[in-house]
Amino acid sequence: MTQKTDKKIATMEAKIALPRENGELVFQAPWEARAFGLAVALNEKDLYEWREFSSQLASEIAAAEQNNDPSSYYARWVASLEELVIAQGLISRKQLDARTAEYASGIHDHHDH
Amino acid sequence: MNTTAQTDTALRTRALESLLIEKGLITEDIIDEVVEKYEKDVGPLNGARVVARAWTDPDYKRRLLEDGRAAIAELGFDSAHGAKIVVIENTPDVHHLVVCTLCSCYPWSVLGLPPNWYKSYAYRSRAVREPRAVLLEFDLNLPDTVEIRVWDSNSDLRYMVLPERPAGTEDYTEEQLISLVTRDSMIGVAKIESPSK
Repeated sequence: MTQKTDKKIATMEAKIALPRENGELVFQAPWEARAFGLAVALNEKDLYEWREFSSQLASEIAAAEQNNDPSSYYARWVASLEELVIAQGLISRKQLDARTAEYASGIHDHHDH
Repeated sequence: MNTTAQTDTALRTRALESLLIEKGLITEDIIDEVVEKYEKDVGPLNGARVVARAWTDPDYKRRLLEDGRAAIAELGFDSAHGAKIVVIENTPDVHHLVVCTLCSCYPWSVLGLPPNWYKSYAYRSRAVREPRAVLLEFDLNLPDTVEIRVWDSNSDLRYMVLPERPAGTEDYTEEQLISLVTRDSMIGVAKIESPSK
């Protein structure tokens, strides 16, 4: 973990700021922590710039609020991550849909539910 | 957000992670490292409060063993999105051990995120088959006279162990007791050491 990302996370502007309690990060479920870790780790590996992720997240949040979509902060976080890794050509939507469907049908070993 | 949407997003997150790992872009260890660094360690503390209350309040303990979810909710902790929590009490004669053989179901509302070994194939497959050997690897050597019962969690039903109150803590306040309770003791892979030792 580099200081670099620490600072970026600490300075995410209010509109897209991470849910916190007494200044510490709060995860409502294990998958939220995984989604958080995944986005930060991909940035650590230089697969995208943090500002690319945060601007995607800002658009997801703005769109969800405009549509009165009751989705949670981390659901929007995952949607942003999905858009970004697909836009970067790291994986395809088709692959992701297929893998999600496999997990949903129990073909693969589930985690953390 | 409703439970179905939660589950869908959880599955999608898992799918994203597994695809990115398969492509060699990231490893599970790096993600673990990030999460461990940031995650606040409040999870197991919720469980410790439940245990300390049960040790000091016999009525609470009775309610906890009867209906874990309701008694845990009394202390203000959310019970894992509707999953039932069953609390099982260790005694000098019976020791309980919790596992999820299928995946990694865990009472995270009281214990936080599961440790990596809990999710490992080795623990999941061996805890049922050879619990005594597994406990030895956690440095817990139980006498042969102690019966070991293994509880297999699933998505609707999670188990938490109520460990034995250690000797020498008769004068302890509830707050002092909380500080003695460990995560591992509530999974059943450890006992709580007597502080006088």
